[in-house]
Amino acid sequence: MPAASRAGSRAPKGTPRDPAKKTIPNVLQFSKEEELHAYREMLLIRRFEEKAGQMYGMGLIGGFCHLYIGQEAVVVGMQMAAQEGDQVITGYRDHGHMLVCGMDPKGVMAELTGRRGGYSKGKGGSMHMFSKEKNFFGGHGIVGAQVSLGTGLAFANWYRNNGRVSLTYFGDGAANQGQVYESFNMAALWKLPVVYIIENNRYAMGTAVTRASAQTDFSKRGLSFNIPGEQVDGMDVRAVRDAGRRAIDYCRSGQGPYILEMQTYRYRGHSMSDPAKYRSKDEVTRMREEHDPIEQVRRRLLGEWKVSEDELKTIDAKVREIVNEAAEFATHDPEPDPSELWTDVLLDA
Amino acid sequence: MPFMTYAEASRAAIAEEMRRDPAVWAVGEDLGRGGVFGQYKGLVEEFGPERVSDAPISEACIMGAAVGAAMMGTRPIVEMRFSDFALCAVDELVNQAAKARYMFGGQTRVPLVVREPIGMWRSSAAQHSQSLEAWYAHIPGLVVVCPSTPADNKGLLKSAIRCDDPVVYMEHKNLWGLEGEVPEDDDFTVPIGEARVVREGGDLTIVSWSAQVHVCVKAAEALATRGIKAEVIDLRSLWPWDKARVLASVEKTGRLLIAQESVSVAGFGAEVAATVAERLHKALKAPVKRLGAPRAPISYAPPLEDAARVSKEMIVNTAEGLVRT
Repeated sequence: MPAASRAGSRAPKGTPRDPAKKTIPNVLQFSKEEELHAYREMLLIRRFEEKAGQMYGMGLIGGFCHLYIGQEAVVVGMQMAAQEGDQVITGYRDHGHMLVCGMDPKGVMAELTGRRGGYSKGKGGSMHMFSKEKNFFGGHGIVGAQVSLGTGLAFANWYRNNGRVSLTYFGDGAANQGQVYESFNMAALWKLPVVYIIENNRYAMGTAVTRASAQTDFSKRGLSFNIPGEQVDGMDVRAVRDAGRRAIDYCRSGQGPYILEMQTYRYRGHSMSDPAKYRSKDEVTRMREEHDPIEQVRRRLLGEWKVSEDELKTIDAKVREIVNEAAEFATHDPEPDPSELWTDVLLDA
Repeated sequence: MPFMTYAEASRAAIAEEMRRDPAVWAVGEDLGRGGVFGQYKGLVEEFGPERVSDAPISEACIMGAAVGAAMMGTRPIVEMRFSDFALCAVDELVNQAAKARYMFGGQTRVPLVVREPIGMWRSSAAQHSQSLEAWYAHIPGLVVVCPSTPADNKGLLKSAIRCDDPVVYMEHKNLWGLEGEVPEDDDFTVPIGEARVVREGGDLTIVSWSAQVHVCVKAAEALATRGIKAEVIDLRSLWPWDKARVLASVEKTGRLLIAQESVSVAGFGAEVAATVAERLHKALKAPVKRLGAPRAPISYAPPLEDAARVSKEMIVNTAEGLVRT
């Protein structure tokens, strides 16, 4: 592992950064294999989400659907820092988290289309999937509600002394919910192994961070509970993994919770029904052109690592194949039988 | 059989289940000192603060953390102290605990017991007296239990702890000191969903639950002196509820009176009344009657508080009216 640079993942103090302005130097190195892994994982999320967006447009997916495009480096970098058995829990922008946890893209896409082969048998939809096998604990639709649940996962780790860490994700909007601070207090009080990962994509639904948050440096949100925090360039998968390792090690060693503010950006609207008119096209374009998490890795692979365009095309083709298979499955898998209405309600009713 | 109070019976249930299953733990405010009603007395000494956890005054996080820990396969008992305070944690209970099993297609279960003491407790006033059992009976995914005796409090609490789904367990604050015979047997449980016929009779069926059952029994004794034999049924759990037992009784008596301490409007009595009316219309010899609290907050001053209670006299008079029609 390259020397970890704490300074490298810290944003300068003071006023909130211009989202399009690069202030954090990339000094953290990945091996070629790690770059390729990150590239493939991020590309899988992006292509999956693009396909989901298309299928939504075709009417195959309905209701609420929140795409992760632009934020891929966060969950990929964190999962590269995590160990087998660590838990992941998040809100409703959850497709990327499930894919990096190793959940089957077919099962995820079929849940989006509400089919019986979906992870929740068509009963949950985009926002509600779960996999005990892959340690993914949902998929939750109430803003911020997963934060106390993630704290509970950490409590169970502590209770069983199993050495696992709970990776609890939420957004900059959820960070203003009250129960987040009840969770911070309890986790710090009991020294629970939980990393609170605040995915600051700069907009809480349609409201800019600066209009919704009195303290926009989310890494400081745990200060009064003595929870350490860092601001991380969430568009650079290397910076994410580096900070993730530091945070996870800290939690695993029994010192209590840790906060990571991931400075990231979502390219699409809050959900499919949001045209995102609250920001300029120019802002989005600049983020895509100058900070795209996948493009950053792609440039390094082609430059520093001398990987050929053909090799990358092969990866692209494989990813597209996986996504197309998932879409195919999700389109043709049958809808749930009406009798499914009555299963998994209660033991005896 | 030993005599125990309602509070002691619950304590015994928890102690037995914690000895039996290391996955069982309890969390809530002031548990270390035995709980605000003494219902956890001695447990921290036996099981340690890791398993009988004193939590900050943070109901939402207590409930949410318990849901997460339950998804991990532990079996938390959550103490909310008053059903009124549990309202701070309704999102975690209703949106998370109740929905997880279904909306995740059976991928997870939430084996959680939420203790939410209910009921009027002299001069506790509007925010410490509510009986909100009907709220939870309305929510798919929740089990709702309202024990009325020490024996049931032991047997039902043990069943609730063993239940793989979230149970809203509503003890009545006025019953903590009630004494009764309680089986000592570790294997003694009371199945959830089975009503108890407290008193048999052929003239009229009185359905109730929680502390109100004891008022109904007194009313039935008074009715007996006037030649009216009332059958008193304690539902014990509101979801699932023992429809079969109630329907069989009303089929026999032809008359139904439901008495509840909670607000009558949209209360669980309405569900019982509607079910009987739908299924036994022809067997009914008189209209179904409900008695419950008025739709007003509970008062502090005793005369006003009492005005919200369903008294023995109200039950006797209503029952007589039904039988004499």
